[in-house]
Amino acid sequence: MNFFTRLYYQYRRIIKAISLFFIISGPGLIVMIADNDAGGITTYAATGAKYGYNLIWVILVLVPVCYYVQEMTVRLGAVTKRGHAEAIFAGFGSFWGWFSLTDLMIVNWLTMVTEFIGMTAALNIFGVPPYLTVIGMCAVMIIMVLGGSYWTWEKITLLFCAMNLIYIPGAFMVHPSVAEVVHKGVVPNLPGGLNNELFFFLMANIGTTIAPWMLFFQQSSVVDKSLKEKDIPWGKVDTYAGSFLTGLVAIFIIIVTGTILKGINIDDAAQASVMLMKTNKYIGTFMAIGLFDAGFLGAICISLASSWAFGEVFGWAHSLNYKIKEAPWFYGFYFFLLISSGIVVLIPNAPLVLITLFVQVVAVTLLPAALVFLILLLNNKKTMGEYTNTKSQNIINVAIVVVIILISTVYGVSTLFPNVLK
Amino acid sequence: MMIRNFFRHNYAKIHEINKKYATPDIEMSGGVKFALLSLRFYLIFLVVLLLYKFITLVK
Repeated sequence: MNFFTRLYYQYRRIIKAISLFFIISGPGLIVMIADNDAGGITTYAATGAKYGYNLIWVILVLVPVCYYVQEMTVRLGAVTKRGHAEAIFAGFGSFWGWFSLTDLMIVNWLTMVTEFIGMTAALNIFGVPPYLTVIGMCAVMIIMVLGGSYWTWEKITLLFCAMNLIYIPGAFMVHPSVAEVVHKGVVPNLPGGLNNELFFFLMANIGTTIAPWMLFFQQSSVVDKSLKEKDIPWGKVDTYAGSFLTGLVAIFIIIVTGTILKGINIDDAAQASVMLMKTNKYIGTFMAIGLFDAGFLGAICISLASSWAFGEVFGWAHSLNYKIKEAPWFYGFYFFLLISSGIVVLIPNAPLVLITLFVQVVAVTLLPAALVFLILLLNNKKTMGEYTNTKSQNIINVAIVVVIILISTVYGVSTLFPNVLK
Repeated sequence: MMIRNFFRHNYAKIHEINKKYATPDIEMSGGVKFALLSLRFYLIFLVVLLLYKFITLVK
């Protein structure tokens, strides 16, 4: 073989690998980018505004954490061909199955309300009335699944994921000092010492990293996409790319608010957008578009996670590859979740703040259980075979899960009893 | 009539699901039993906290 033949062979090999990645990628990228939902954007915007670049290192630590947890769902889904809800029923019996399914339904529905709050608040900045946002977005989310093709749904959703990267040019427009970002952000530090307020911000950032719906969504998505054991390495690359991007977006949001709004207390991302608009119209607009997109991605993934979970357990046809006529219960449930949670936002004087706080409390009841089940299922040699967790994976994953459980519990309890941390 | 049929159908379905998943697949080793017991205690702790919050709110 001469030099040019070898070069051509290598070129074909790389092109083939990239094509294969784009065929198999999707669930990991979508779940991770959707993790930066409306609540997540608010947390990062508030973190940047409060502490500048100083807490960027927390996000850097959270990137591998996200990967290690979500990677387990890829293996479990590809090997067992079961979603997380069905796997819990089969693995631990109906008591834990019903507990997880009911809790998932409640926490997902409440989280969807918060996504609609984010979407309506973002579009309200551009003068779009909330009722129009709810109707319009429900219609778009329904149309997206009408094609009866997982592939089509996934590619459209990936386009919305790409829109989430809007914060990156936004951050360049504020001209941050790269040296300052690296100096203050990359080296772990606790600005002002570990006080109650800083602890709350640390918990909020960690708390938004792993949500219960993410485990259910990615595993069901892997099953719906029919990924097999041989696809697991690509599924892992997909998940790592997703966790890298979610961290990148979070860091750029912190850079935007940390540069322009440093020292200001922010209650939500919509408020941050309005304040940014006063400094630079485009940056504020980018922030608002990003918030809208985050709410949209969150709503579509969370409603699907619930529909997949119920479909698996009740034995309904539950794939995006089916037409509505072929899977009426699955789609009916999806539509019901979208429309009912959207309507709540339109109810005058609805307790939206209470709902936002309650989400964190209810999530705390489900997350530890879902994570513990995940690790136990990944250690079941009978079903997982050669894909069972190795010793090192168990050490890392158990450590991550214990820390997440402790922090999310303190976060949930402090939401319930705000004076605990004072 | 339709509502009654709906509930009757779903009651039967839930019964069927309970029967299908009556026996857990996972081998109940000491570690698994400990993890599940800890989860139960954890959830009871959270429920007690929620009840306490509710009672203090009502008062």
